[in-house]
Amino acid sequence: MDNPFVIAFGLIMQADPALMQIISLSLRVTLSAVVIACAIGLPLGAALALSRFRGKAMVIVIFNALMGLPPVVAGLVVYLLLSRSGPLGGLALLFTPTAMILAQTVLILPIIVSLTRSVVEDLWAEYQEHLLSLGAGRLQAVPTLLWDGRVSLLTGVLAGFGRASAEVGAVLIVGGNIAGHTRTMTTAITLETARGNLGLAVALGLVLLSLTLALNAAAWGAGQWAKGRLG
Amino acid sequence: MRNTRNFMIAAVSGLTLWAALPATAQEFITVASTTSTENSGLFGHILPLFQAETGIEVRVVSQGTGQALETGRRGDADVVFVHARAQEEAFVAEGYGVQRLDVMYNDFVIVGPSDDPAGLRNAATAPEAMAAIAGAGASFASRGDDSGTHVAEQTLWALAEIDPAGTWYLSTGSSMGATLNTAAQVPAYALTDRGTWLSFANRGPLEIVFEGDPVLFNPYGIILVNPDRHPHVKAEQALAFIEWITSDTGQEAIASFVVGGEQLFFPNAQ
Amino acid sequence: MSRMAPHTQPILPLSLERVSYSIGPATLLQDISLTIPAGRRLLVMGANGAGKSLFLRLCHGLIDPVSGRRTWASAEPRPKAQAMVFQRPVLLRRSVAENLAYPLALDGMERAARADLVAQTLDRFGLRPMANRPARLLSGGEQQRLALARAWAMRPQILFLDEPTSALDPSATRMIEGMVAQFADEGITIVMTTHNLGQARRLAQDVAFLHRGRMIEHQAADTFFAGPETPEARAFLAGDLVW
Repeated sequence: MDNPFVIAFGLIMQADPALMQIISLSLRVTLSAVVIACAIGLPLGAALALSRFRGKAMVIVIFNALMGLPPVVAGLVVYLLLSRSGPLGGLALLFTPTAMILAQTVLILPIIVSLTRSVVEDLWAEYQEHLLSLGAGRLQAVPTLLWDGRVSLLTGVLAGFGRASAEVGAVLIVGGNIAGHTRTMTTAITLETARGNLGLAVALGLVLLSLTLALNAAAWGAGQWAKGRLG
Repeated sequence: MRNTRNFMIAAVSGLTLWAALPATAQEFITVASTTSTENSGLFGHILPLFQAETGIEVRVVSQGTGQALETGRRGDADVVFVHARAQEEAFVAEGYGVQRLDVMYNDFVIVGPSDDPAGLRNAATAPEAMAAIAGAGASFASRGDDSGTHVAEQTLWALAEIDPAGTWYLSTGSSMGATLNTAAQVPAYALTDRGTWLSFANRGPLEIVFEGDPVLFNPYGIILVNPDRHPHVKAEQALAFIEWITSDTGQEAIASFVVGGEQLFFPNAQ
Repeated sequence: MSRMAPHTQPILPLSLERVSYSIGPATLLQDISLTIPAGRRLLVMGANGAGKSLFLRLCHGLIDPVSGRRTWASAEPRPKAQAMVFQRPVLLRRSVAENLAYPLALDGMERAARADLVAQTLDRFGLRPMANRPARLLSGGEQQRLALARAWAMRPQILFLDEPTSALDPSATRMIEGMVAQFADEGITIVMTTHNLGQARRLAQDVAFLHRGRMIEHQAADTFFAGPETPEARAFLAGDLVW
């Protein structure tokens, strides 16, 4: 096996266009999925924390359980939905980046919802009468709690990002690993492993790891900054 | 806080726009093919030639043969390009495909540890080689995934009148490359297409221990997914591809694909 | 002063008629009747567990009586022109200025008017130097000062204070008491719980004495301190442990 560190370094230094395209697609897919999952999951999780209804415990348990959904299953569900023979076949989305975004959104939404619920529930216990005293109703409390829980919520968002960027099962099924079109870091790693190019596969893994590291470092820094500034 | 909030709004909108960017608005068709074909690098060699000539982009989804045929059956590809003759003919007979055309063939080889514990180098025919493995109880790594290669392997066991079972028979349930990675580690014998083998880098102690029996002949067929059944199939562009790959130009392109000085695929379109 | 006064309709007096509050089988406030007129300073006293905090929350509308009636002069179920300062202030995880602005924004005050009022509040309460610091990183005394400033900025007609100095050192306590006295001078009605006798003597015009969820005395402070009617209050004033 060739030295993967040397290969990884070479790939990055040359800014290999195929690699750059793969990195760009991976980031685009995963970040989009995270943004969409947050847009849905943050308010949904907060609403779940503040609402009282019959069957709430069951909904919570279901979301918690879905955090462990195997990526392949999420991929398969989205595949069956988007397939030409499926209910959304007319959209012609299978084997496109949009399909991959959708699958990853399905995958990380439960993480965002569950973590948001837990963070907001704790914060609500602390804030409830004070917010009521200051004149905020439940609905107005939602943005307040989300904003004040931002440092903890960031952890959940990062966990979602980690799960999405690391998974291969879902994007492989709904994306098809088409060269130059739906090939991401993880599907490329799978392909190179299958070709026996283990050095290149590990090198790609190193690139993925560095990206994840850089993003987490940035998020951690932002969290520390927010903690220092906003208490 | 207002600045932070504005920044976040800008960042989110930017990301959303980026995500919503239209994919290349170019003409394209989707071809469902096998991982072994993709792994060999053949598509990387011939597709740019086709695109330069016609302007049509070919997006290859590489799957196991069973999955590739299922993709065609569901209408998620315009063309199916695989190597499992009986299944391909059934696919056409059931009305999912229009017609099966010969494109090329390569052959299967049996690889195994260089010390060849089961003595395959002395076998005269492929079924005899398989019988030697079973007789010696030597490890054998099988795809076990209903792929074309797996189907070919099962045919060989049937010809040898052996029902492979036991601790020596390892069913990996994964792709050719993953199966070869396993075989290199055990080490075990394995049936592989020559294309994947030649471009496979992690061989370890494995080498070719049996080859050349005509029964190992591995034909590739190409099928247009039936537009009557799936009206969205891009029949015109798909037919252009099928005509091209079976034309003299396409056939020469296939013949000119060489790995390590060896030709991998032999054109045989009528 | 550019202070706007959107909640000018008088909400006082507040009257409680035979109000009770219970959780499950436990009756925590029982049969309390009382009228709180505008412009007075009412100190609510009693031992720990007598129900002082609950009483305050019930007046403020954080909890509703299980039986009996709570009525405001303005006939609203929960008028806006009231504020509360808690024993341990819960400040938002934001800057001092943003904490001041928060309830004003909830109240629908325009951005410009809000900025004016925040600036004015920062100056009046000496919070200007720490305007952009995270509220959670202030000292205990500073946090309570901010909580009082935030309550003041809400322009309440009545301010509830629940043991606002019990977690503070003497100098911070003196500062908070000074602020409460000033608020009263501005015409804000004060209802405050304490178990600090000295504090009650310094601030009270009226005293309500709670014992085991019942209000057993309610009278002018001078009368109360000169000679309480009930043995429980007498024992409390004498420094005995009452239960």
